[in-house]
Amino acid sequence: MNKPLRRIAIFCGLLVLALLIRDNWLQYVKADELKADPKNRRVNIERYATPRGDIIVDGKAITGSSKSKTGDYEYKRTYKDGAMWAPVTGYASQAFDASQLEKLEDGILTGNDDRLFFRNTLDMVTGKKKQGGNVVTTLNAAAQKAAFEGLGNKKGAVAALDPKTGAILALASTPSYDPSAFAGNSDDDAKAWNKLQKKNNADDPMLNRALRETYPPGSTFKVVTAAAALENGLYPDADTKTDSPDPWTMPDTTTKLPNEGNLPCKDATLRVALRVSCNTVFGKIGADLGKDKMLEEAKKFGFNSEQFTPVRSNASNFPTEMDKPQTALSSIGQFETAATPLQMAMVASAVANDGTLMKPYMVSELSTHNLDVISQTQPEKMSEPLSEDNAQVLQSMMETVVQSGTGTRARIPGVTVGGKTGTAQHGIGNSEKPYAWFISYAKLSDNSSPVAVAVVIEDGSANRDDISGGGLAAPIARDVMKAVIDSKK
Amino acid sequence: MSSSTNTPTHHTSTIGSIGAPSRRNTELALLVFAVVIPVFAYANVGLAINDEVPAGLLSYGLGLGLLAGVGHLVVRKFAPYADPLLLPLATLLNGLGLVIIWRLDQSKLLQSIDQAGTAAPRQLLYTALGIALFVVVLIFLKDHRVLQRYTYISMVGALFLLLLPLVPGLGANIYGAKIWISVAGFSIQPGEFAKIVLAIFFAGYLMVKRDALALASRRFMGLYLPRGRDLGPILVVWFISILILVFETDLGTSLLFFGMFVIMLYVATERTSWIVFGLLMSAAGAVGVASFEPHVQQRVQAWLDPMREYKLSQAGAPGVHSEQAMQALWAFGSGGTLGTGLGQGHSELIRFAANSDFILATFGEELGLAGIMAILLIYGLIVERGIRTALAARDPFGKLLAVGLSGAFGLQVFVVAGGVMGLIPLTGMTMPFLAYGGSSVIANWALIGILIRISDTARRPAPAPAPNPDAEMTQVVRP
Repeated sequence: MNKPLRRIAIFCGLLVLALLIRDNWLQYVKADELKADPKNRRVNIERYATPRGDIIVDGKAITGSSKSKTGDYEYKRTYKDGAMWAPVTGYASQAFDASQLEKLEDGILTGNDDRLFFRNTLDMVTGKKKQGGNVVTTLNAAAQKAAFEGLGNKKGAVAALDPKTGAILALASTPSYDPSAFAGNSDDDAKAWNKLQKKNNADDPMLNRALRETYPPGSTFKVVTAAAALENGLYPDADTKTDSPDPWTMPDTTTKLPNEGNLPCKDATLRVALRVSCNTVFGKIGADLGKDKMLEEAKKFGFNSEQFTPVRSNASNFPTEMDKPQTALSSIGQFETAATPLQMAMVASAVANDGTLMKPYMVSELSTHNLDVISQTQPEKMSEPLSEDNAQVLQSMMETVVQSGTGTRARIPGVTVGGKTGTAQHGIGNSEKPYAWFISYAKLSDNSSPVAVAVVIEDGSANRDDISGGGLAAPIARDVMKAVIDSKK
Repeated sequence: MSSSTNTPTHHTSTIGSIGAPSRRNTELALLVFAVVIPVFAYANVGLAINDEVPAGLLSYGLGLGLLAGVGHLVVRKFAPYADPLLLPLATLLNGLGLVIIWRLDQSKLLQSIDQAGTAAPRQLLYTALGIALFVVVLIFLKDHRVLQRYTYISMVGALFLLLLPLVPGLGANIYGAKIWISVAGFSIQPGEFAKIVLAIFFAGYLMVKRDALALASRRFMGLYLPRGRDLGPILVVWFISILILVFETDLGTSLLFFGMFVIMLYVATERTSWIVFGLLMSAAGAVGVASFEPHVQQRVQAWLDPMREYKLSQAGAPGVHSEQAMQALWAFGSGGTLGTGLGQGHSELIRFAANSDFILATFGEELGLAGIMAILLIYGLIVERGIRTALAARDPFGKLLAVGLSGAFGLQVFVVAGGVMGLIPLTGMTMPFLAYGGSSVIANWALIGILIRISDTARRPAPAPAPNPDAEMTQVVRP
């Protein structure tokens, strides 16, 4: 009986071997994958085991952490002025994961990032608990407040940039949400979360309109068209008469492109055309230049590509396939042209920065909890949509708009302001309430420009005539610019 | 060298018993480790969870030490030539199991769903009962061959135990498997005891019938095929395991009993054909039952795609869906190579049966790959020492009983650990010695007791030949 016994011994050995192999597969080969599986609750337990690092604006934390009373997640995220900052911070919820900066910089905030390895090891040796690092943003608290309060109950968004660096100064979106409301994982948190979802809330408060919604830019796009005309040498300067009949019939059609009201648009100079916002002049420029040159210029301003600030913005759109009349319509910000508020702020900032577009960013540095810098963002040139000379020509045109055109309500005493209004029609047969746009920049006496801003309002009032960029959006842009200038003093 | 007349020579020319070393001191030294390691582990858990050495450290250490000491003294007295590894290995596993059960007792989550809290003291009590049964076995079972007399009573007893959970009002359905009975507030798993009783029956039966089963066969395609009428016993056992599978919905128990029978049949007859038959029959049985038994199907589903099962359970889909399989995999994965350290994992997320069926996942998370490999090797050692005992045994009944018990032990480890690690579908059995549960601990201590008894008999030196009156020195009478 000993031979089968020996074989049974081998068989039992093989059973144990199979278990050992399986265990190696599970705990060695697959370990990292299982460990990092977002459905593995340990990931979140670990994430909330220590107070999360903070997101910082103007040297002050706009986030915090509080100890949870129940459950296995020890700490819960809190927000100060959560609704105002939501488009910047995003949310970090025990039940619903995280978004935007909270998600992108999660490694730093939780302290798990490899760049914090040295610091964590040091803390471990000295017996301290692991602590998350901080994310320092470029935002300007006063400008953000002006933007958020200016939007008030209206639906809309504001994006403000520092033209010299591309640093984002304000990023507001309304209606907004308070991420504190669902930071935990209780039933109340779930209720608050569900109430905010688009399917339960037509206003879609969790949409970051400043980055993730594209609107037809309307007349504000004429700044891009003007830049294209100057850059391509179609017209040499702001004060040469253009070749623009009024009324103007779009090429290959019998459709006349109308102006808004009885405007002095016939053969108007670029300056006048921008001041009174002539559709005919800029429509014809688009048609004359053709879609390729228009597209090239739009792309230089950042159209048709996503921006990573590092929070992703949607790509703004300038159509790539279109005929001549469509090119004409696209060149006045209609047809399929669509832009995010951030995109239009980039347009204004490129003009203000003498033609150089800087890459927009909102994180200036990452630091450890005791403020040692881990990494710093250096301003980065993105493109040069127009030459310095042409940029200055365009600046003087935009300044005329604010001095004596449609944008007079953006004037700030003692500061040179250049801007452009827009009233974008949309909906089938333009049936829906138009979007009110305003883009602008401010220039100080030393010719430096500290801020460029774009404001869009979706549905300000029932009165169609009142929804004009100049009426609704310009005052908000003015307040934001003023807040930036005042905070620099 | 000139005058070598008075050189004294000392020849010890006694016939017989040159004893094998008893190895009792080896056992004692190993037992010290088997007690000290869990005590350190216990202190480790306390420090990790409460930042202090647990208050019960001394009493716990003394308790385990006392139990191990009693076990050792009884072995020294009643089975002096027994295998020296079995007792320390079982003590080590039992001790580590107690530590992890105590560690899970500390989990607020498990306390809140009434899955833990006071399990460790009870497990210590069960361990004491187990050691008591171990002692009883060693004292009263002077020779394992006595068991041979109870072959057919064992059969009746085993069937009785196996069918107990099906008695209405007595059987309890816990986590979907009906392998429990509920008596006076205690849940008992009769299958654990049936395992031993059945091994006695198989050993006794096969010892008698082995020649008939082995020799009366035809040769076909290189295999010895048994005669039709000799197929009877294997068919009966097969049928019973199918019944277990269908009515108690427990794949593990069913596999265990059938596997044990096939192993013993193979050892008894030395015919490979039985293995082939066994494999074919168990495959046919398992597939056949799985085709209509939803509980078994669900277990197979959860094994094939644990993530899907997890999502279904999270979504509250209709039917019985368990997230446990996936939770166990996460626990293992999160442990990684070296583990999180005792008391620092989150295996309480497994919730139900975290300290019984799934206890290995806690070991996996907190001791890591290294710890699990060590534990699997300890189990492997126990099984191999058992088979070593079978090899050394001098009587066929002892050989069969030893290989049956160790084979069943090995199969159980494979079925449970394989189930928890997702190698095979999950079944409702527990890791011997590690898992919380009275029946399991008590029955397995009895199993170790029997193995120790057989190994003692096997290694015991042959008794000195009885003095033969005829061999007395012839007295020469000188005139």
